[in-house]
Amino acid sequence: MSTLFTRRKVLTGMGLLGLGLLSGCDTSPKLNFKYGKDLSDKIMGRTFRLKNTEGESVTLSSYRGLMPVVFFGFAQCPAVCPTTLARMAQAKKMMGRDGKIMQVIFITLDPERDTPEVLDAYVKAFDPSFQALYGTPEEIAVAAKEFGIFYEKIPTGDSYTLSHTATSFVFDTRGNLRLGLSASLNAKECAEDLLTVMEVC
Amino acid sequence: MTAVQHFKRIVFGLSLLGLAAHASAQVQVTDAWVRATVPGQPSSGAFMTVTADSDSKLLSVATPVAKIVQIHEMSMKDDVMRMGEVPSVALPAGKAVKLDPEGYHVMLINLTGQIKEGDQVPLTLTVENAKGEKQSIEINAPARALNAMDHSMMH
Repeated sequence: MSTLFTRRKVLTGMGLLGLGLLSGCDTSPKLNFKYGKDLSDKIMGRTFRLKNTEGESVTLSSYRGLMPVVFFGFAQCPAVCPTTLARMAQAKKMMGRDGKIMQVIFITLDPERDTPEVLDAYVKAFDPSFQALYGTPEEIAVAAKEFGIFYEKIPTGDSYTLSHTATSFVFDTRGNLRLGLSASLNAKECAEDLLTVMEVC
Repeated sequence: MTAVQHFKRIVFGLSLLGLAAHASAQVQVTDAWVRATVPGQPSSGAFMTVTADSDSKLLSVATPVAKIVQIHEMSMKDDVMRMGEVPSVALPAGKAVKLDPEGYHVMLINLTGQIKEGDQVPLTLTVENAKGEKQSIEINAPARALNAMDHSMMH
């Protein structure tokens, strides 16, 4: 067997492999997740336009090539928000090098109280790569609606707290919505399903 | 038995009863912690396990680090987290009632400053027993990092 032949074989193999990957992206819209919900056939969260904590305008396409994990919450949230962000930070570590393409995006549902400074410090306390997005209450309402997020203010004395949907939404690196992670899952379960999203594209 | 002796006995008996009543109002607070905050973050949560050995309820919590303290209950249904203030938390006799990120918790609102990891946060709990007697329990809750996972999520 000549070296050339071997090389040709290798090249053919690589080509086939490439095709396989492509068809994986384009022709199999459904994914089998062990813990989360497959959202591959849902059209959600495609056109949100918000600001990052540097004041720059951000859309879904700003994260092309990364795997965005979108979670809505508020910095004064005492329970589910820090637990979810801590879980994502842990999942990212468990994924090792693959975790680098995961981009956690925390969208505030409380833009009246969450300043960009507090939001930035808040998400970065979990992982320095995490980003927070904000907007006017109207812009937030539009973004939340696009993701089917329920949220409402609950008055508590002179103050208020929020009830809200606690699902994390995961897009693949091409910006297709893929996975919904419930707040009840642990870091290991999330990491497994996130790796499944990465296998596709 | 003279009337005086009889009276003494009654008094002694009553004082024993009094001691027993006092002992039955024991409230234990364990695993208390407060979530640390980032600068400018106006509120945080306190968590703990409370065990009363007679049927009681936790009425309120006070702390010098926050202007408003409320007891909230979190519930999850269909992946929607719902939050609301509750007037009190029932402490059935002998039951360890958890105030953790998955249920009841103490909300510290309008903080007087940043809570840093390792700070000791003084908390005063007011507990009322079935007879309507109130007692205060003073504890110090250490502040854990903002990204501290609660125990149920660890495994």
